[in-house]
Amino acid sequence: MVTAPLVEDAVLPGPTEPDPVTPRRAVTATIAHVLGELLITVGVVLLLLCVYQLWWTNVESAVATNNERTKIIAQWDRPVVPDPIGPATPTPSKTKAVPVTPPSYGSGFALLYIPRLRDKVWGLPVMEGVGLDVLAQGAGHYPGDAMPGGLGNFALAAHRATHNEPFRNIDQLQVGDKVYVQTRTAWYTYVLDKDQIVRPTDVWVIDPVPGDPGAKPTKRLITLTTCNPRWASYQRWIWWGHLVAAQPAGPTTPDSITGTA
Amino acid sequence: MYAWIWRHLPGPWPAKLVLSLAGFVAVVALLFAFVFPWLEPRLPFSGVTVDQSAGALPWHSAGVAGSRS
Repeated sequence: MVTAPLVEDAVLPGPTEPDPVTPRRAVTATIAHVLGELLITVGVVLLLLCVYQLWWTNVESAVATNNERTKIIAQWDRPVVPDPIGPATPTPSKTKAVPVTPPSYGSGFALLYIPRLRDKVWGLPVMEGVGLDVLAQGAGHYPGDAMPGGLGNFALAAHRATHNEPFRNIDQLQVGDKVYVQTRTAWYTYVLDKDQIVRPTDVWVIDPVPGDPGAKPTKRLITLTTCNPRWASYQRWIWWGHLVAAQPAGPTTPDSITGTA
Repeated sequence: MYAWIWRHLPGPWPAKLVLSLAGFVAVVALLFAFVFPWLEPRLPFSGVTVDQSAGALPWHSAGVAGSRS
């Protein structure tokens, strides 16, 4: 930007110069001028922030979600046996343990289908962890909680506003709605039982037995968490459900499981 | 401020206009790529997880670390 001043600039001096009567007023005017421009700039930046939140995060996350889904499906197409480190390592017991091993942070391991939220939650990637970087690509699984179909609580979080907003219409879910989880090895069908609006600190909702932290789980539950109200998120909207069916993975879809969408 | 920038941009006015627009686009790109993603977890819009460390203030509940403990 540092260039020699042009003739044009020399010909046109600043407008504040020819006002020798009240230099004080000129200073005030300059301050007001700069302040005004700064305020306008702040306004424009805030508007851009709205554009970012309302539009751009959705664009970005839609792409990220599709990529993650493709990655998960590509993973499943590969043989179940893990990459051989050496010829001596693969043992039958190790091979069996693979699906149980908790995935590493950020890695996708399941696809979520909720017919009622079909426009957004249809093959939605489920990844390990609930950091914002994970949630920008789909649903996040609370680390340490049960895996799909497992005893305890398979707890998930997803955005309700911005970042492709998978759980945007969580308010439309009803008791009895089905939730399908597809993994490499199986299809799990959950039925929603109950919802509740809680405080953000109510971590009991994702306990293996919600509300009973010490208890040994006897049921196979699913928990969905998202923000409430939609744009403020000072509360959390929770849905609980329980497992009703599990079947081996195959060329099935939720449609063919139930016969309806 | 903007008048000052305009006066210091080189070239005739069409060149100044192009440079101004390029500068604006660069600033917007910078905001979208770095500033807003940094700011987002600090805003009270994206808290979707339950988190013990959420505290009473909604903007602490964004779950940047993403941990439930």
